[in-house]
Amino acid sequence: MNKKQKKILIRIIIASVLLIGLHFIMIKGAVRFFAYMIPYYIIGNDIIKKAINGLKNRKPFDESLLMAVATLGAVILAVYNEMHSIKGDYVEAVAVMLFYQIGEFFQNMAVNKSRKNIAELMNIRPDYANIEINGKIEKVDPNEIETGNIIIVNPGEKVPLDGVIIEGNSSVNTSALTGESIPRAVEVNDEIISGSINLNGLLKIKVTKKFGDSTVSKILELVENASSKKSKSEDFIAKFARVYTPIVVISAIILAVIPPIFRIIFLNLPALWSVWIYRALTFLVISCPCALVISIPLSFFAGIGGASRLGILIKGSNYLETLSKVKTIVFDKTGTLTKGIFEVNAIHHNKIDEEKLIEYAALAESASSHPIAVSLKKAYNKKIDLSRIKNIQEISGNGIIAQIDDLEIIAGNEKIMEKFNIESIKCHSIGTIIHIAINKNYMGHIVISDVIKPESEKAVESLKKLGIKNIVMLTGDLKNVAQNVAEKLKISKFYAQLLPDEKLKKVEEIISENNITAFAGDGINDAPVLSRADIGIAMGAMGSDSAIEAADVVLMDDNPLKISTAVKISKNCLNIVKQNICFALVVKFICLILGALGIANMWLAVFADVGVMIICILNAFRALFIKHIDK
Amino acid sequence: MKKSYKIEVDCANCANLMEEEAKKTKGVKNAVVNFITQKMDVEFDDSFNSEAVIKEVLKNCKKIEEDCEIYF
Repeated sequence: MNKKQKKILIRIIIASVLLIGLHFIMIKGAVRFFAYMIPYYIIGNDIIKKAINGLKNRKPFDESLLMAVATLGAVILAVYNEMHSIKGDYVEAVAVMLFYQIGEFFQNMAVNKSRKNIAELMNIRPDYANIEINGKIEKVDPNEIETGNIIIVNPGEKVPLDGVIIEGNSSVNTSALTGESIPRAVEVNDEIISGSINLNGLLKIKVTKKFGDSTVSKILELVENASSKKSKSEDFIAKFARVYTPIVVISAIILAVIPPIFRIIFLNLPALWSVWIYRALTFLVISCPCALVISIPLSFFAGIGGASRLGILIKGSNYLETLSKVKTIVFDKTGTLTKGIFEVNAIHHNKIDEEKLIEYAALAESASSHPIAVSLKKAYNKKIDLSRIKNIQEISGNGIIAQIDDLEIIAGNEKIMEKFNIESIKCHSIGTIIHIAINKNYMGHIVISDVIKPESEKAVESLKKLGIKNIVMLTGDLKNVAQNVAEKLKISKFYAQLLPDEKLKKVEEIISENNITAFAGDGINDAPVLSRADIGIAMGAMGSDSAIEAADVVLMDDNPLKISTAVKISKNCLNIVKQNICFALVVKFICLILGALGIANMWLAVFADVGVMIICILNAFRALFIKHIDK
Repeated sequence: MKKSYKIEVDCANCANLMEEEAKKTKGVKNAVVNFITQKMDVEFDDSFNSEAVIKEVLKNCKKIEEDCEIYF
């Protein structure tokens, strides 16, 4: 609690105590009036001051002015009643002021709390960096570190700046950045990102980016600025608030004047001025659009904060809103739905152990740096003993013949098998096929292909469940490869063999035919497409500046399920926004009607007003707590 | 030219009104007030002196909400 909040809390307590105390004291007449004016002044003096200011500046719809008019009006009515020997109700005026202040106080606390909550969720800002100066390790402000400096990160500390590890190995926790809780092992030459937490080993890191350009600063800046990009809902409410207050105030004036005159002229009844003026004053109590105006941006703020906790950065409230309305989503295949790296995917018709087959293939290809050879070596995953390999012969474009452990290994495509009159078994799988023969006997084949990410199928399925029926896949790959992936993931529409500029054209075509279109890519070479789509989603963006720049939604890691989680968060947040708008409007409207009919008094009006605000704020907080969609 | 200012304002509606006042001020191309982060982003007309303009913005904002503050 800050000073301002403490002060108002003390005023609220004193005024409440006085109000309750006065209830038990028997006083009458002028003494009673002045006695009640003490708590009124304590709780309301700042509002009266603001009201006078509003008058001076000719702002008739100033919130404080309306509250002052309503409460002072109630006091005057009470005095008027006293003069006609009816007991006047002073409590009401004080209570209205009191509840109004309680509401403001609560709102203030809630906003501060949410601000702090989100700052805590994003607790990634490092306070210091360790640097060696003259043989001594000193803690310095990360802002002072230049690129090329060597920093030291102890176990348990946050990595303060982006860099490359030059000494040590450890595992790091990147959950604050990616929402992924499994630690990642890092060693010398690995890139390391600021904001991750070093878990066990001491690391020496050569800094590659200044603090202002480092991942942590980028993320914080992005999240902090996101709520400044206002949504249509917020604009709507701002506009609504501008007309709401004048309409209610004018209705109040009409209510105070027209019915009494009507009664006198047409019904020949007493005017009952005090009754109608009281009802009009009740209107003024409900004239503040606060519940609406505060809860909508708060919901968006919470939604964006909740998303960033899961490693999903949404760059504006407007994008969060658009995301919830997406009807079509276009995926770039490679790097988004598939890993974009070639892996051994299957082994068929093998006459020896799978591991043995991979071992021979990897050894035979050991001298090559071709992606296929790399993936074989990766699948083998052991140190290659070069002494076992002799006489490597490369038959260009077709394969390799090598002598391994006195065995003659032939590894390659169908053509090389034909050349040596070895009968190979045709493969129906999609990808690159490596046939293997030992001493000219066929031993089976290995399928190497780009692998579909394990989460992709679930991601597509959950997107469909979330109401995004139109899912399209684009790729530069061959048609049969694309078809295979599309079928496996149950994506009905795909376009293959597209050049980069054709991808952009295709996306533009899809945008023009459909309502709201999102495009998801890995951020490499697809910046124009990302910015062209209604919502550009870049994934695996940790460290890639161009993708963060061009996209509207940035996923810190490359898990496609985060796309469906992002959609879920946006829909949930927009639901909360709608609930708040409807709830606040309905309650206010009912109160106005009840007030006009004389059923609701000022007590009920202020209760409803403050109550609605508190409920809407609490509801807004729900947007913060959304779980990730799991496999 | 764009600049971001730290502000202090207590109620959400006042923040909206501040935004409106800021937008109306001469020399301001566009202004966004973020109540939750207590920030005001102002885009100035290049032919104006931003410091003079922001003073004017504060003066106008004070009219609608005496308590508000812009730190520059």
